[in-house]
Amino acid sequence: MKLKTSITSTVLCTILIALGVCALVESPSAAPAPDSLLLNAAGATFPYPIYSKWFTDYNKLHPELQINYQSIGSGGGIRQLQAGTVDFGASDKPLDDKQIGDFKFKVLHFPTVLGAVLPTYNVQGVTQEINFTGETLVNIFLGKITKWNDPALAAINKGVSLPDQDIVVVHRSDGSGTSFVWTDYLSKVSDEWKTKVGASTSVNWPVGLGGKGNEGVSGLVKQTPGAIGYVELIYAIQNQLPYGRVKNQAGAFIKADLASVTAAAASSAKTMPDDFRISITNPPGKTAYPICSYTYLLIPAQIQDGTKKQAIKDFLKWMLTTGQNDAEGLSYAKLPKEVVSRELKAISQIN
Amino acid sequence: MGSPSIAADRARPPRRARQFIQRLRHGDELAHLITLLAAASIIVITLMLVYQLYINSQLPRHKFGLAFFLGRVWDPVGEDFGALPFIYGTVVSSALALLIAVPLGVGAAIFLSELAPLRISNALTFVIELLAAVPSVIYGLLGIFVLVPVLRKVVMPFLKGTLGFLPLFKGPIYGVSMLAGGVVLAIMIVPFIISVSREVLLAVPVEQREAALGLGATKWESTWQVVVPYARVGIMASIFLALARALGETMAVTMVIGNDPKINASLFAPGYSIAAVIANEFTEATGDMYLQALIELGLVLFLLTILINGLARLVIVATAQRGATAP
Repeated sequence: MKLKTSITSTVLCTILIALGVCALVESPSAAPAPDSLLLNAAGATFPYPIYSKWFTDYNKLHPELQINYQSIGSGGGIRQLQAGTVDFGASDKPLDDKQIGDFKFKVLHFPTVLGAVLPTYNVQGVTQEINFTGETLVNIFLGKITKWNDPALAAINKGVSLPDQDIVVVHRSDGSGTSFVWTDYLSKVSDEWKTKVGASTSVNWPVGLGGKGNEGVSGLVKQTPGAIGYVELIYAIQNQLPYGRVKNQAGAFIKADLASVTAAAASSAKTMPDDFRISITNPPGKTAYPICSYTYLLIPAQIQDGTKKQAIKDFLKWMLTTGQNDAEGLSYAKLPKEVVSRELKAISQIN
Repeated sequence: MGSPSIAADRARPPRRARQFIQRLRHGDELAHLITLLAAASIIVITLMLVYQLYINSQLPRHKFGLAFFLGRVWDPVGEDFGALPFIYGTVVSSALALLIAVPLGVGAAIFLSELAPLRISNALTFVIELLAAVPSVIYGLLGIFVLVPVLRKVVMPFLKGTLGFLPLFKGPIYGVSMLAGGVVLAIMIVPFIISVSREVLLAVPVEQREAALGLGATKWESTWQVVVPYARVGIMASIFLALARALGETMAVTMVIGNDPKINASLFAPGYSIAAVIANEFTEATGDMYLQALIELGLVLFLLTILINGLARLVIVATAQRGATAP
């Protein structure tokens, strides 16, 4: 009997305390000071270094505006924007039609900088750059070309003595925009890849080992004799990784660098739709590097709060003009002029 | 305030209240309340966890049903999801880890509790407990830069040369592999087994040892035939604690296991574990079906843990009974 009452009382207390905790959690968090403005954003990790520099520099120019960017990945950024928990998002991959349909409001895409993805490798006794075509890359990643001295590779690498060594394919194990750009390119140059594997941030890889992040892939490639993997240009430059040339649509073997990436964007600028959603892998330009892509800010087309709206518009204007000059210092390719002028016009769509 | 009647009431509270206050003063009621709260919170958290995992994995549960457990394909593009390669990877890497860690851990615990001088034992135990606090990403990095090259250049060629006729040790050698995952996990869980088992062995009453020695047993006979069986249940518990850690380990495993969702008999082939795929793919999982399939994997890991813990209980109960009825 006594035990029963004590249990009842403790259960009651438990419930009361639980309710108290809930009430605490639901109370609104502290608002920023009235004369300062805080914008929250979340998304892609790839452009984080330059976004972080932009947001810091812009805050120095406009101390009243603070932009808090969480680099949680494109997928997370899109979901948070959908849920309305951030003011804008960022993604390495434009939203597809289905994703746009999932949004309750209209979202505008603003390309910010460009990135490229390139093949890095570890082949015994080879110090020269190895040439690849789209077709050979597809066959290597499908597991059809298994030796470095395969005739298909030897034919495009005359003068390079490729060894009789097994190829070990390395891909990203974490979902990433880098994988998307890589598989998007492979899908464009090969129908077989498109139907069997497809393009996405994570795919069902036919062969290979998975490494976590750029560092995981490059670590595996460095360690494993005969390995080939893919990393972002910025990562390859900073870590001085060896990487190969890739044949573009015009037939030239191009080594990825900032100029050849901007050239790729420029050569496809004419076909760019008004909403900027475009895949620029395998572009037509003669000097264009074929495996590259824009990274985007995702901005709601309608912003209720007038000060927030103006702040975002002003920031976009600054990012497209002054901000672009910071890109190359951080190994990002800047936007071509045509795209900048079209984006500046598109800012007026925010209202 | 201060009116005589109230003052009188306060001076003579009703009996039940007085009893309650008395018990409060002794701390029983309060202690009861606080500990019950602590226990209840664990249950509430677990239930909420399962509930969230369950309702947030509706889409794939409806689409695949039980086939989710048996599917061998993980294709985010075609939205075809099966958990079997991940279940296999989780179970095999953890089993491998136990296979290596149990003899090492129990052996070390016996040495530390029975044979080593207390001062050395205490010092070593301190170091071992430090090991348990090292973040798993550090073990992963050590795995990539030290363990994997050693496995690739020395251990795997040796195994292939001597035991290569077994399907376990066939196929090309990459370094990163199920074997590497198991070894890294073993290194990570050994400290748990050592530190808990040592405490359990130290708690065996000294009379047990004295009786064995008195009957003419050698030191080792007393340890192996009396002390260790006496501490059997505690040692088992330490092993299952370690197993739970191994099943859920993410970072270190994903760095060395190769992250390839295929079922392969060879320990040299890459594999993938449930915790690793969730950590790898969660941030960029854009579609609802994809995201929910990952959440369902979380549910599968939870079920797997419950299943294995249940089995562990059975083993403990069985051994405890055998211990009681043993001559």
